[in-house]
Amino acid sequence: MASNNNSSDRQRIAQQRLSRIAAHLHKHEDGNSGIIAKECKIDATGSTEENKGTVPRKRQEIMKWNGWGYSDSKFLFNKKGQAEFTGKRYRLSGMTLPSLQDWFENTFGASVKHKSPATPVLNASVVPPPRLNEAFVENLKATGIPFSNEAEDRVFRAHGHCLHEIFALREGKKFERVPDMVVWPNCHNDVVKIVELACKHNVCLIPYGGGTSVTSALECPPEETRCIVSLDTSQMNRILWLDENNLVAHVEAGIIGQDLERLLNESGYCTGHEPDSMEFSSLGGWVATRASGMKKNVYGNIEDLVIHIKAVTPRGVIEKSCQGPRTSTGPDIHHFILGSEGTLGVVTEVTMKIRPIPEYQKYGSVVFPKFEAGVACLREVAKQRCAPASIRLMDNKQFHFGHALKPQVSSIFTHFVEGLKKFYITKLKGFDPHQLVVATLLFEGDRERVLQHEKQVYDIAATFGGLAAGEDNGQRGYLLTFVIAYLRDLGMDYCVVAESFETSVPWDRVLDLCQNVKERIIRECKERGVQFQPLTSCRVTQTYDSGACIYFYFAFNYRGLADPVHTYEQVEHAAREEILANGGSLSHHHGVGKLRKEWMKDSISNVGVGMLKSVKEYVDPENIFGNRNLL
Amino acid sequence: MTTCEDPSGYKQEDEFMDILEERRRSSDLGHALRTFTPSPYRGAPPLSAGALNRMVLESQYLRYVTKEVAMETGESVDLVREEASGILDEMSQNLQLGFIRLLGFTLSKVFKRLFSHININQEGLNRLQQAIQESPVILMPNHRSYVDFLVLSYILFTYDLPIPVIAAGIPLMDMKMVGEILRRSGAFFIRRAIGSDKLYWAVLSEYVKTIVRTGYAPVEFYVEGLRSRTLKSLTPKLGMMHMVLEPFFKGEVYDITLVPISISYDRVLEESLLAHELLGVPKPRETTMGLLKARRVLEDDYGSMHVYFGMPLSVRQLTKGRVDRCEYNLLPRDLPQRPSVETQECVSWLAQQVIRVQEQSSILSPWSLMACLVLQDHQNTDPGEEQEKGLSWELLTQRTLWLKGLAISFGARLDWPEQPPENQVMASSMALHSSVIRCHQGRVTLLEEEGPVGAGPFTTEEGVVRRARAVLMVAAYRNQALHVFIRPAMVALAIHTTRSSQREDIYSYFRFLLDLFSNDFIFITGRSSQDFEEACSLLRKCGAVQTSQQEVTSPEEGQRTTSFLRALLQPFIDAYQVVFSHLCLEDVEVFTERQMVPAVRSLATKLLLSGELTSCDALSSDTQKNVLSALLRLGAVTRLRTAEHSEFRANKPAISRLADTLAGRLPVQTAPNPRL
Repeated sequence: MASNNNSSDRQRIAQQRLSRIAAHLHKHEDGNSGIIAKECKIDATGSTEENKGTVPRKRQEIMKWNGWGYSDSKFLFNKKGQAEFTGKRYRLSGMTLPSLQDWFENTFGASVKHKSPATPVLNASVVPPPRLNEAFVENLKATGIPFSNEAEDRVFRAHGHCLHEIFALREGKKFERVPDMVVWPNCHNDVVKIVELACKHNVCLIPYGGGTSVTSALECPPEETRCIVSLDTSQMNRILWLDENNLVAHVEAGIIGQDLERLLNESGYCTGHEPDSMEFSSLGGWVATRASGMKKNVYGNIEDLVIHIKAVTPRGVIEKSCQGPRTSTGPDIHHFILGSEGTLGVVTEVTMKIRPIPEYQKYGSVVFPKFEAGVACLREVAKQRCAPASIRLMDNKQFHFGHALKPQVSSIFTHFVEGLKKFYITKLKGFDPHQLVVATLLFEGDRERVLQHEKQVYDIAATFGGLAAGEDNGQRGYLLTFVIAYLRDLGMDYCVVAESFETSVPWDRVLDLCQNVKERIIRECKERGVQFQPLTSCRVTQTYDSGACIYFYFAFNYRGLADPVHTYEQVEHAAREEILANGGSLSHHHGVGKLRKEWMKDSISNVGVGMLKSVKEYVDPENIFGNRNLL
Repeated sequence: MTTCEDPSGYKQEDEFMDILEERRRSSDLGHALRTFTPSPYRGAPPLSAGALNRMVLESQYLRYVTKEVAMETGESVDLVREEASGILDEMSQNLQLGFIRLLGFTLSKVFKRLFSHININQEGLNRLQQAIQESPVILMPNHRSYVDFLVLSYILFTYDLPIPVIAAGIPLMDMKMVGEILRRSGAFFIRRAIGSDKLYWAVLSEYVKTIVRTGYAPVEFYVEGLRSRTLKSLTPKLGMMHMVLEPFFKGEVYDITLVPISISYDRVLEESLLAHELLGVPKPRETTMGLLKARRVLEDDYGSMHVYFGMPLSVRQLTKGRVDRCEYNLLPRDLPQRPSVETQECVSWLAQQVIRVQEQSSILSPWSLMACLVLQDHQNTDPGEEQEKGLSWELLTQRTLWLKGLAISFGARLDWPEQPPENQVMASSMALHSSVIRCHQGRVTLLEEEGPVGAGPFTTEEGVVRRARAVLMVAAYRNQALHVFIRPAMVALAIHTTRSSQREDIYSYFRFLLDLFSNDFIFITGRSSQDFEEACSLLRKCGAVQTSQQEVTSPEEGQRTTSFLRALLQPFIDAYQVVFSHLCLEDVEVFTERQMVPAVRSLATKLLLSGELTSCDALSSDTQKNVLSALLRLGAVTRLRTAEHSEFRANKPAISRLADTLAGRLPVQTAPNPRL
């Protein structure tokens, strides 16, 4: 049933996309920017496919300029006070969510009466005028690569999705520094030209992929006096070739996750790499931040998926000479690029593993009486190396959060069944509704094996007191991760600020880390005058042989605070210190950016920092890639 | 938050209330059988002693150490495990509410008989109750008497707070019945000399850590390790301290709260025993018979007892920036790990901090102040004529009232009621001590212990010991007040000895004193300059010194204060000098502690008889041992590891240099000790 649902979803999405793409093409023909889109030279493989990616050059035409995702999709409280999700793109789209308001008001002490609306349109006066490098612009024009220095384009690329960035956009604050221009290369060779020109004219380049960074990585260093050019890779979005013998695909790095999957699906393949941001984040961005996908148990994280990387640096192009599945040729140069966060160059093309689309997919969930039991179960699953494609453990708060997103139940029968389930778990099994947690599962493979696998996992869960709780609970758990960023925008409409952050930690410290970090957040909020109890929630999102990835949500009602963002940042800083003191890593997959630079030295030692510095010095002595991330 | 001005958090409005008052009014049985529903940390469920022991035995840590010990000794793992289990059985508490009730009933009876009041600060209990909800709590009382043992449990029972688990010494366990009673009241027993017994350490530390981690009961232990026989604070012992703090350092608990508790007695039950021990009459083994014989103590009046529950100290806050918890990231948490130097220093600093708070919130009786003055007078009088003369009551009254003013201005906390008149307060305070002091015909004199009936005349040496016994008993009460005066006294002595007005010279001698005497008085490492400034400001407040940017001088009108303060330190200086001169004798080369103590004692006796020495503190074995520890610490004595007894070698030039510096014959060498 689940797989049926999925495929019909997929069809629907594909159709929507086609119509939207048609619209984009029209826009291009209008040519209102006066820029000539010139196709790259035909590649060796002969791919002449038209650009049909989801992301247009003018991103603001389909995406919010001051919030998450598509302009047509947002949560709001309607006149009756009920929450709704607008648009048609998602499973929740067009539905009312009757319990969200109660949950929202009770959790945050917020009220739908206290609105904190955002500035509706970008005020051009808050954007500093571009500092153009005329010689560079002249040379660039000659190449025919499209570019722009309009305020909207520049502002859109001046930020990622950190709380302070979005908050500032909503408030209409004045920008200190934004890119001075945006260029849209169409292919690898365009990038080579741009980087050459940047070196020649001493221009600062900041690569921009999906723009979903949450580490201040896209922020322009305010001290940068050179012309800053945002290199938007969104138009480099083709699959150049597909190799069914070796099961690899060669892809341009600007492609975003949903397009990559869609295009591969058309040929019956997938990468299986599904970070929570996959709707918008790009392949190049994944490489540059060492991304992790929710199904990494089957497919691996980005570093496992990548076979070959081509990147353009000020020193020239870096790539390997073959596609051997593993090599012993000194330190792996891919690992200089993986996680380089745009400080060394631009990833232009990537060869990555592909897999046939799995025959069968099934969601599932298990309820545990306590978080401790759930963690013990996940640990055991990891020990037996039988983790399904995805297995996540949501704490009690997140469980309730997920429940608040239940759409209106149409039939009395469903209502009745829900009631029965609840009765069974809380009354007959004696689970405390304020303690119980839920693990969400996603199985993939051929039908028989999925069912077998499912049984194995449920058997392990049973030994830790876990009860199977149905597919629906599981699916809703994953839904939450895709709409959470939209929900943050809703919160910000009502004086609630929120953010998420992650870490990875050895198994034996998981419980203590979760507990201490939550406690630290609560106490820090109190000390800093936050007047309402904050929401602190966590989930174990990935399991490894020796540890797990933990993902935290943190939100509070900021009414009564003079500078909520500053307060928020102090608390987040404290939370990160607590993570490190409890043996957690600086980051599992978000990266370092500028947000967490201060801890790099302690994290990787002085020598480690020195090694990275010396690579940077060799590859980019003039600091052309001057976003100042990492070091 | 609590480290700066007044770490004890003492406020004027802190009011004491007498818990015995209620007991004298209502039924003790009703009290013992009251409903008892304390709420522990995070509502932790009660943990039976058996379940706790199982948790300890099955811990990864113990398994690991068991295996290691088995490898080292060649015994089988099972055998070692059994051994560990045996250690645990010997150690473990067996807290039972029924016993607490029985004990509550008995203690009500006993306490009412012994004490006129047991005063506690209720505000402190409220704070404690709050703290217990928030994080695991460590109760850290000072240790002055065996009565300390169960009084906290008694109070917590009365106020419906979780009964603590108490670390006790093994000797107590060996007393028939008493051991079992204590065990069932929540005491667990620790061997005295653990040395390098790896398995024992492992069992003990896992036991303590498990209690802290689960947080079902507060842990109570004496950071001083032993009962202080001099009623002065003792150098903190850090073993337990490390054990209780480790769960925080390793992130197993969010925070740990230390609650310093000051227990002050008007009169200590064991006072005469203590003096005997200090003079070398060996401590009687703690037996049940001994305790029963001590029943006669029940017939005496011991005045009031004060229990002050200090401001809870958050370990997390206090160690912020001092401990990098990341140091535990690279080893599995279940494995033993030696803490880094910074962590060790921090733990030691924390312990000193707790002792400072205990001192600051202890309550002084009028008698403590009188004891200072009586002893100073005694020191200044020739032993020959002293018996007839003594100190006149009027003079004592006048001086005590002056001292009371000084003590209050130095921040002391006195138990000095507004009614009745001051004279009477003093008289009744002194009356509690009629076994050593008496006011006869307007003269206050010390009493000597009478010899056994029918014993013949005693030698002059025996006479010295008898006098010394009385002096040391009084000195113990003087010692209770020393913490109030010690830092200003050191400044006063520094001004006097250096004969300089240069702040720099005075400060360096002050530091020298802090360093030399840091076994006798507990100072906080790294705080010497603050201590100096605070002492100067106290002295300035009472007109005893004048300070400028470069100078510290003592004006004529401050002489009374400064000479009193110097005289307070004199007995210790004398005692140190006696030990120094003994160690500089030609025939002393390599020695053990057992050899040193009687030798110093006989030297001191000789000097007392010849009148060259006027204070008896040099006879006190505790002081002598402190000198030895100080010399070891300063490198003037080295330890030679031989056989079972440590042997020491004296570095005579270094010792005589110390002696000369102390006496002001040599300037302080400016090789500052990095510790201070």
